[in-house]
Amino acid sequence: MAARRGSGGRRPLPSPRKRGEERALRSLFVPNLLGVLALSRYLWRVTEQPRLAEQNAAVVLPEPFVRWFAQKGWAPRAHQIELLARTQAGQSVLLIAPTGAGKTLAGFMPSLTELADRPRRKPGQAHRGIHTLYISPLKALAVDIERNLGKPVEEIGLPVTIETRTGDTPSHKRQRQKLVPPDILLTTPEQLALLIAAPDARRFFEDLRYVVLDELHSLVISKRGHLLALGLARLRNYVPKLQTIGLSATVAEPDELRRWLVSQNPLGGMAELITVVGGAKPDISILDSQERVPWSGHSARYAIPEIYEAIKKHRTTLLFVNTRSQAELLFQELWRANEDSLPIALHHGSLDVGQRRRVEKAMGENALRAIVATSTLDLGIDWGDVDLVVHVGAPKGASRLAQRIGRANHRMDEPSKAILIPANRFEVLECRAALDANYLGAQDTPPLIKGALDVLSQHVLGVACGAPFDADLLFEEVRSAAPYAALERETFDRVVDFVATGGYALKNYERYARIRKTVDGLWRVSHPRVAQQYRLNVGTIVEMPELNVRYVKQGRGMAGRGGPVLGKIEEYFAETLRPGDNFLFAGKVLRFEGIRENECVVSSGAGANIIVPSYAGGKFPLSTYLAEQVRGMLADSNRWQALPEQVADWLRLQKEKSVLPKRGDLLVETFPRGNRHYMVAYPFEGRLAHQTLGMLLTRRLERVGARPLGFVATDYSLAVWALDDMAALFKAKKPSLAALFDEDMLGDDLEAWLNDSWMLKRTFRTCAVIAGLIEKRYPGQEKSGRQVTVSADLIYDVLRSHEPDHILLQATRTDASAGLLDVSRLAEMLSRVRGRIVHKHLDQISPLAIPVMLEIGKEPVNGGANETLLMEAADLVEEAMGRR
Amino acid sequence: MNFSLARTSLMAEADLVGIAGERAVCDPRGVLYFPELRLLAVSDLHLEKGSSFARRGALIPPYDTGATLLRLQAVISDYQPAIVISLGDSFHDGGGAGRMHQSFRERLEALMAGRDWFWIAGNHDPDAPADLPGDTVRELAIGALLFRHEPSKVRVEGEISGHLHPCARIVQRGRSVRRRCFAADGGRMIMPAFGAYTGSLNVLDHAYAGLFRRETLMAYMLGAERIFAISGSMLRPG
Repeated sequence: MAARRGSGGRRPLPSPRKRGEERALRSLFVPNLLGVLALSRYLWRVTEQPRLAEQNAAVVLPEPFVRWFAQKGWAPRAHQIELLARTQAGQSVLLIAPTGAGKTLAGFMPSLTELADRPRRKPGQAHRGIHTLYISPLKALAVDIERNLGKPVEEIGLPVTIETRTGDTPSHKRQRQKLVPPDILLTTPEQLALLIAAPDARRFFEDLRYVVLDELHSLVISKRGHLLALGLARLRNYVPKLQTIGLSATVAEPDELRRWLVSQNPLGGMAELITVVGGAKPDISILDSQERVPWSGHSARYAIPEIYEAIKKHRTTLLFVNTRSQAELLFQELWRANEDSLPIALHHGSLDVGQRRRVEKAMGENALRAIVATSTLDLGIDWGDVDLVVHVGAPKGASRLAQRIGRANHRMDEPSKAILIPANRFEVLECRAALDANYLGAQDTPPLIKGALDVLSQHVLGVACGAPFDADLLFEEVRSAAPYAALERETFDRVVDFVATGGYALKNYERYARIRKTVDGLWRVSHPRVAQQYRLNVGTIVEMPELNVRYVKQGRGMAGRGGPVLGKIEEYFAETLRPGDNFLFAGKVLRFEGIRENECVVSSGAGANIIVPSYAGGKFPLSTYLAEQVRGMLADSNRWQALPEQVADWLRLQKEKSVLPKRGDLLVETFPRGNRHYMVAYPFEGRLAHQTLGMLLTRRLERVGARPLGFVATDYSLAVWALDDMAALFKAKKPSLAALFDEDMLGDDLEAWLNDSWMLKRTFRTCAVIAGLIEKRYPGQEKSGRQVTVSADLIYDVLRSHEPDHILLQATRTDASAGLLDVSRLAEMLSRVRGRIVHKHLDQISPLAIPVMLEIGKEPVNGGANETLLMEAADLVEEAMGRR
Repeated sequence: MNFSLARTSLMAEADLVGIAGERAVCDPRGVLYFPELRLLAVSDLHLEKGSSFARRGALIPPYDTGATLLRLQAVISDYQPAIVISLGDSFHDGGGAGRMHQSFRERLEALMAGRDWFWIAGNHDPDAPADLPGDTVRELAIGALLFRHEPSKVRVEGEISGHLHPCARIVQRGRSVRRRCFAADGGRMIMPAFGAYTGSLNVLDHAYAGLFRRETLMAYMLGAERIFAISGSMLRPG
């Protein structure tokens, strides 16, 4: 049924309107009926497309929808109609809109309209397969959508069934879903991988029409995205006419996502693009504190009274921090200041799920005045009536900032309101740069990386678990997934060999092959056990070993039982605690009682000397784009007017005592202090790249005999200290500063250091688990499984010394270079500053050097230091025994 | 007795440990050497653990046997012992010796040549290894020493065993260091596991309950170049 302008008494479809009309029309709408419809603060404008009007005229909007819209006094949004038109023309579509734009309803319009027109199943007729697959990065998001989509479906009276399938779905429901599939299945990338690995996969998906991919911008940048891309390629194999609908926030390179959505055979194919631009600019300010902004640190404790005042002045405040440790600290400090006992809650990924759900529920009911949260709340879940976003610490990336600020305010036409709280002086610069960078924040979304080989290995095994495969055809299929478009046949064959027998040069495992090529030329799983193992290990998220935090009554010690689980804590942190130690977790001060099996037993604690757990990961490095902006700001004193006076003063002082580098220059300062010699460099390339640089520089300095003692890295700068005068070495050109910073350090030095690096071991473990070489560890297995498991570290050591070119080591090095080490960024920096290094020798520390110098001693140094610790402990024994 | 210079330097006075009156070197590579007896003890080689896993579908690198033998070769060539005792679990399973690659078998046989070699039966390898020389015994008494795989529940002075793969952990300046170790209390000793793929179990775990005199327990933790003798009171569980 076609709804045409003025035809048959139906409500005409809107053409793109002018601003004024839009506002008037929208004032009729009840906001947030759908949650996802979110007729929100933005004024929408679909980008000009000449073909648009013509296509829209052909849009089919079934009668019940027209009636429903009319009853509500609404009209469909322009981008929703646009998307419908494109999909009805058989296209796949990428819809880009800022957070909270009502993307999701748009994404489901093609499915809902099509399902509305579909004849009902007659009794006795076979059940139809899945019509639409919705995939989101978060389980919670799938659940949210089920709730929010259910309402209009019911109101319109659509004969559509919607169900979720996640890791939490009980097995009887999963089985029933296989027999009687819902029309719309809401799920996650891991569940899709599992469905594909089932023997009935092809039949299960044969009626599939659409795949809706939510929060695509966040999915595509991880290995989960690689797994999903391969899954999509498989689905396209089952259903060649399959259409995809990607929903994304603003990104730097939309074309990358457009290619991602469709087959790359032929190469370069792209989904249609619809862009919605937000109208009301958010109102963002930087806290201009009356207090002194500290030189270093991340707690922003100085600003607590001002933050508390802001919370009091708003209905609901969402406070974002960058790490879980910061979340715990901030929460604690706020409650200390909370004289009015305002309901302030805490939300981060280590907390118990039940606890998190309670906070989310309270938030939805507007029962909270403030929530302290980490990135667990980052993605597109719109909750409650947030009217202020406070970002504590620098946002590290302009895109992330835009995402988070998108949380605020669901009132129409009001701009989102946000306050940035820099935790130290460099962060003031960073926050300012983020603001000046404009609020769009598209510039610094990370570039997509090539498909990972460990993920491909997992997929190849999964495919074999589903059905026998032909290597030539599977290779073509894999190459049709954008991340693997450039995959070479030789690499693919090595992956298949790895899946089959481990891919070792020593051909010892032929008889234990997991998959085998049979006489018909197809690869098959050699044993049903292989499929069972695959199902237990599917997915790309490999957690650090963690312990449940079990709360028992005080005074019961380790004998206490049965208290609630507060969440999870990383094992290596728990291991450094002594019974009686107090630490901060889940917003409480806890007393450590001991470790029992996979549990960390705690009771209520108190007192001074409270330890804050540190968590691996979670700290984002400064984005390249923001770094560039910060350098620009430093170089241009005209822009300092926008900075708080104390910060501008600091820069003026630096200019007087030392120099401020030009935008493209690298400033290196040297100065003596105590009986040490210091070198401080200011590359502004983020902590990871600086750490790598620090390792490499100290290696080189050691070789030229400067006797370096250590280094410390922040997001902005890097300090190295040594016994010898480095400035004198540079002057004598032994080596020159340019030679020290030469790009060739990324060759042998990097290789040599990498091999012994704990970072590489950690990365290897992740790759080995994803590739299915070692099994995922489940809680409780860690300690008891001594005879059954082999630690990844041991495997790494053996493999590295016997087959350094093994495909898994290759995958590990690629990952480490891109992730923990940020080698590519370091390489770009070294090449950029060639011939542009400015050396300034000083008699004493410069103002700009203060923040990094204050970090010295705070960070542990990894590596050989472990032996020193053992030596200390052994010496204590000697002393106690009176041997010396 | 005939020591090379290299061997003498390996036996610094501090590394000599007393067990029931006999003195032995705890080598940081995880072997125990009795100079007076020219006896080398090594425990839990778990040879062919890789292929044992592969049989069950975990295709971990097949290089563990080679790696373990290479390290064993190094210590044997340093000490040139007259007697070698492998304290049990020499192979990860009963079929291990049969699965061993021919080249590894040849290397092992070369190591065994010209010495008395005892395979002590372990829980993983209760029977004599297929087609390999050496004597397979349940336990072996030499002077005041008793070599067996599993430490006995009833205290036996001079017992040297393996099986439990001891490691120890200390926390120093807020950082945790875990290493394999020899665990001893002057009367008995449990040796660290030597195999390339062997894990370890903290010496404070309940599996060790009642085995040691707590007040004299020492963990000789393996460092890169030397042994670190750590008193039991400084150790941490986990």
